[in-house]
Amino acid sequence: MDLTPEEKKKLNQRNWALAGVLLAFVALIFVVTIVKLGGNIANRPL
Amino acid sequence: MTQAAASFDAQGARASLAGPSDYLALLKPRVMSLVVFTSLAAMIVAPGTISPVIAFAALLCIAVGAGAAGALNQWYDADIDAIMTRTRTRPVPSGKIGRQEALEFGATLAAFSVFAMAFLVGYVPAILLAVTIAFYVFVYTMWLKRSTVHNIVIGGAAGALPPVIGWAAVNGHAFDPLPWHLFLIIFLWTPPHFWALALAGSDDYARAKVPMLPVVKGSRATRNHIVVYTLLLAASAVAPYVFGFTGLVYGITAAIGSAAFVALSVALWFAPAERERVVALRVFAFSIFYLFALFTALAAEMLIGFAPVQPTVMKTEQAVNHRAPGALPRSNW
Repeated sequence: MDLTPEEKKKLNQRNWALAGVLLAFVALIFVVTIVKLGGNIANRPL
Repeated sequence: MTQAAASFDAQGARASLAGPSDYLALLKPRVMSLVVFTSLAAMIVAPGTISPVIAFAALLCIAVGAGAAGALNQWYDADIDAIMTRTRTRPVPSGKIGRQEALEFGATLAAFSVFAMAFLVGYVPAILLAVTIAFYVFVYTMWLKRSTVHNIVIGGAAGALPPVIGWAAVNGHAFDPLPWHLFLIIFLWTPPHFWALALAGSDDYARAKVPMLPVVKGSRATRNHIVVYTLLLAASAVAPYVFGFTGLVYGITAAIGSAAFVALSVALWFAPAERERVVALRVFAFSIFYLFALFTALAAEMLIGFAPVQPTVMKTEQAVNHRAPGALPRSNW
């Protein structure tokens, strides 16, 4: 499909927005994991 | 399917000119902000502890879930929205986002928000969030809105649930008294809020054939209903203070705010026909300020240490998570 310059611009904006949302989600999962683990890793029985 | 709705489907097949802001508009950000605010206030007053990170995750899930419900509402109501002046610039009726795309966007976010809530925060708030979204989409949007004059009375339950979700996110309790008081306040607040808006724009609803109270029963009956519901709302707003669930800061705010709301609704009742639209819009604007004031007072008195200790009656998550001594810890994942 041939896209007009305006359609290409909007597609680009959507791609960047989606990338930002996915990165933010990965960061959230990482931080929540650290919070949920808390001191349990350091304090686990060896 | 109506002709208008069919044209939105056809637009979905074209290359999209929608930008990120159009997708944000699909989530109804103003409704979302009210939902997040009432949830946050309930989270602040709820007994129990929650990590700020988990609290943020819970609010994000509630916001996305509310947005998803808004997107699904705009998918289903595209034909109505295209007729009404107030809604015809929304992304679907304006042709920026296809109808099918709005459905997929909303359904994906709805599922995502519920699963994220379950895994990141807890099962009780996740179930409540799923019930809220389902009620708004299936009961209000698909069933009540086009079929009964009581559409927003019953449908208001969906908008009233977020404080219960926020409360449950903190401690897993779904049936404590205060969050259901807050539910009742928003439930009784919704009809006068929307009827005031409908009075100001009843021509819009009539053209779209939405059976709002002013369209079906007329202006006088709507004004009567607004006064009655505002009186019920005033009683429910001061009840948490009377029953000892909140402190004096909330009590005074609720008393003054409710008195002003009742006075405005009475002014609307007496307003001559030519001033009806102006006074109705005033009632509508005040109703938003009123709800923000109530929940701000509720949260503020907790933050400054003026709130009483909250009693709890049901500890659902504690019961679910009960373990025998020495048993392996349950995984939250």
